[in-house]
Amino acid sequence: MLIDTIFFYVFALLTLGGGLLTITRRNAVHSALSLIVSLLGVAGLYLMQQAEFLFAVQIVLYVGGIMVLFLFVIMLVNLDLSAKERQFNGQWMVALVAVAAVGAEISWFLYRGQGAFQLADTAGAPSAAAFAVTTTGNTEILADVLFQEYLLPFEIASILLLVAVVGAVVMAKKRI
Amino acid sequence: MPTSLTETYFPVLLQALLAMALAAGLLTASYLLGKRVRNKVKDMPYESGIVPTGDARQRFSVKFYLVGMLFILFDIEAIFLYPWAVVFRDLRMAGFVEMLIFVVLILSGFFYIWKKGALDWSKPEGAGRKQ
Amino acid sequence: MPVNFGATATDLIRFLPEIILTVMGTALMVLDPVLHKRASHAFGHLSIFALLAGIGGAVYAQSNPGTAFGGMLVVDGFATYFRVLVMVVGILTILPSYGFLARQQAETSEYHALLLFSIAGQCMMAAANDLIIVFIGLEISSISSYVLAGYLRDDKRSNEAALKYFLLGSFATAFFLYGVAITYGTVGTVNLTAIRAALSGADAPPVVFITLAAALMFVGLGFKVSAAPFQVWAPDVYQGAPTPVAAFLSAGPKAAAFAVFLRIFLTAFGPIGADWLPLVWMAALLSMTVGNFAALMQTNVKRMLAYSSIAHAGYVLVALTAQSDTGTAAAMFYLAAYAFMNIGAFAVVSHVSGRGERYQNIDDLAGLGRKQPMMAAMLTIFLLSLIGVPLTGGFFGKFYIFKAALESHLVWLAVLGLLNSAVAAYYYLRILVMVYMHEPGEAAGQTEPLTPGFRLALILPALGTLFLGIFPTWVLDCAGKSATLVK
Repeated sequence: MLIDTIFFYVFALLTLGGGLLTITRRNAVHSALSLIVSLLGVAGLYLMQQAEFLFAVQIVLYVGGIMVLFLFVIMLVNLDLSAKERQFNGQWMVALVAVAAVGAEISWFLYRGQGAFQLADTAGAPSAAAFAVTTTGNTEILADVLFQEYLLPFEIASILLLVAVVGAVVMAKKRI
Repeated sequence: MPTSLTETYFPVLLQALLAMALAAGLLTASYLLGKRVRNKVKDMPYESGIVPTGDARQRFSVKFYLVGMLFILFDIEAIFLYPWAVVFRDLRMAGFVEMLIFVVLILSGFFYIWKKGALDWSKPEGAGRKQ
Repeated sequence: MPVNFGATATDLIRFLPEIILTVMGTALMVLDPVLHKRASHAFGHLSIFALLAGIGGAVYAQSNPGTAFGGMLVVDGFATYFRVLVMVVGILTILPSYGFLARQQAETSEYHALLLFSIAGQCMMAAANDLIIVFIGLEISSISSYVLAGYLRDDKRSNEAALKYFLLGSFATAFFLYGVAITYGTVGTVNLTAIRAALSGADAPPVVFITLAAALMFVGLGFKVSAAPFQVWAPDVYQGAPTPVAAFLSAGPKAAAFAVFLRIFLTAFGPIGADWLPLVWMAALLSMTVGNFAALMQTNVKRMLAYSSIAHAGYVLVALTAQSDTGTAAAMFYLAAYAFMNIGAFAVVSHVSGRGERYQNIDDLAGLGRKQPMMAAMLTIFLLSLIGVPLTGGFFGKFYIFKAALESHLVWLAVLGLLNSAVAAYYYLRILVMVYMHEPGEAAGQTEPLTPGFRLALILPALGTLFLGIFPTWVLDCAGKSATLVK
């Protein structure tokens, strides 16, 4: 499908472009907003994989929740001063060498380990027939697994959230 | 039967395109048809409103951060309701009891922060409870 | 008609200890704002009651062992052993906490609620047969521990401890989770028994990926057990955390993390044992050496105990290197002995350090033998056990570990471990010399009245240490029978 491919590139561009802007902007608020764009791109990629639930999680939790915390932190600290200061990028030569080394390492592993990548069916895009099967709904399948097979992890996740609630209050509230 | 992703989400795509076209169209129309006046009063953030004073970049009180953290935690709880809502008919009583246990545990956390006064941001810190 | 919600009665019974602890933890949390501070001691009593009930529940669950929740949990001798161990650690932590919290004026229910949740998480880790449960249990246990480390919120060191522990701990958990993800990507399952089956099968997946996964999990768990080179957090956290919490951290989460360590590496990654072996022996050797040599130079008792804790993690890793039933049983025995002697040592330190934890230096222990002979005698028992002197639990712990290493033909590792123990004897003996052969300082002179809870908190670990040293076979048989289950 040509149009699907186009959408893939659009979302990929959003993800990478947002990521690049996040690390290059001097103003922290701009960085945070670029990160939102990047996260939205990732959400789009999830949708293209028919992972609707992950798409919703990405939007509601990351774009809606985590980013609010990011912006809170930015507004908690006084960034006017740091925005005017010289940025700590004096070590760019070292960084460049490190990036090149890691890049070479990853490429080498990918090249050497091609045979090991039998993790998924990489023989082109899924056929139309395969697609029809999966349109029963990713969320239904996930919910069935989550509420039956993975019942215990689901329930104890609520204990984890509870611990986090108590921990947040104990650590952050002035008087308990 | 839709056979590709674009077909499945075609209505959504259509809506998104329409929304964008509408926004762009309205902005263009107002740009082309509107009259432009530029002066100091016109450029104020609140024209004919209260005169703004100081900088908008004021630091927030740290207590809002606690509210932000608690928001995330309850947000996570809410997201679990979404797959549950899709299949709760099939799960019958089992699904209800599962979600009940989950929600009751989280609700006791809500009761806790409520009674602790973590949600009273108008009162001074600690006033939720007499020491 | 009984309500069916995906779990049978058997499932629930096998999950009984965690249910009891969670219900009590939640109840404490909800009761606190209602009761205000009128009943601060009641929180401790209720927690101890819940832990005793939890131990009962664990033993009852053991009467009908097997898997639960579709193979997610497994109740066997190994799980029950560690569940009981972490709950006993919990009781031994709460007993000295009564006096400690009263002295610091920090008696709130959150302390006990977090402690119970943490122990519930550790019980889940002990009984987990699935990497997802391991991960959630680890997170529950860790997050409660981070907060407990920073429990004295007006104390700068306590805050520092919480922040360091949290940042480094989250980083380590991420490594662990990355390992889980790669395992799932390669094998297609996160069930430990299923991973083992897949790895021993004819069409086993590429060993490169699975070794990478094992290495990443090793980093995560190595942090949790404070094994070198992931040990840097331990001294700062143990020093800054409230002393009963430091005792808890050095015994409870460590035992649970080792339970998971043994279960994952011997059950799931057992078939590729030769591939991960170098990681473990290197970490074992490094932990013993770094821990013992750094401990030699400490002046703060809590820091010294932290470095000694790193060294002891190294000894347990030697037992894991042996990759045998004897090794597993030795590790299990050692962790029990270590829990008793270390909690006891921390309890004495907690008493001597006084209000606001002022006296934490080794010099402050001078003349304790003359001013407080009982306290000094207790400290002597714990330190002798940490050295590994016969008739104490520490001796048999070390004995079994090095025996297991020799049986697996790791002669050089056993020899280096024994040399390390000799180094360790020096810094423990230095404390004893200070206690008995020096003039009393101001710290030994201050005599806080001993609460009944605190008396118990000293006597029970001392009895435990001596019991394990005089009748080791009883616990060792228990451990030996369960060790074969970890496969």
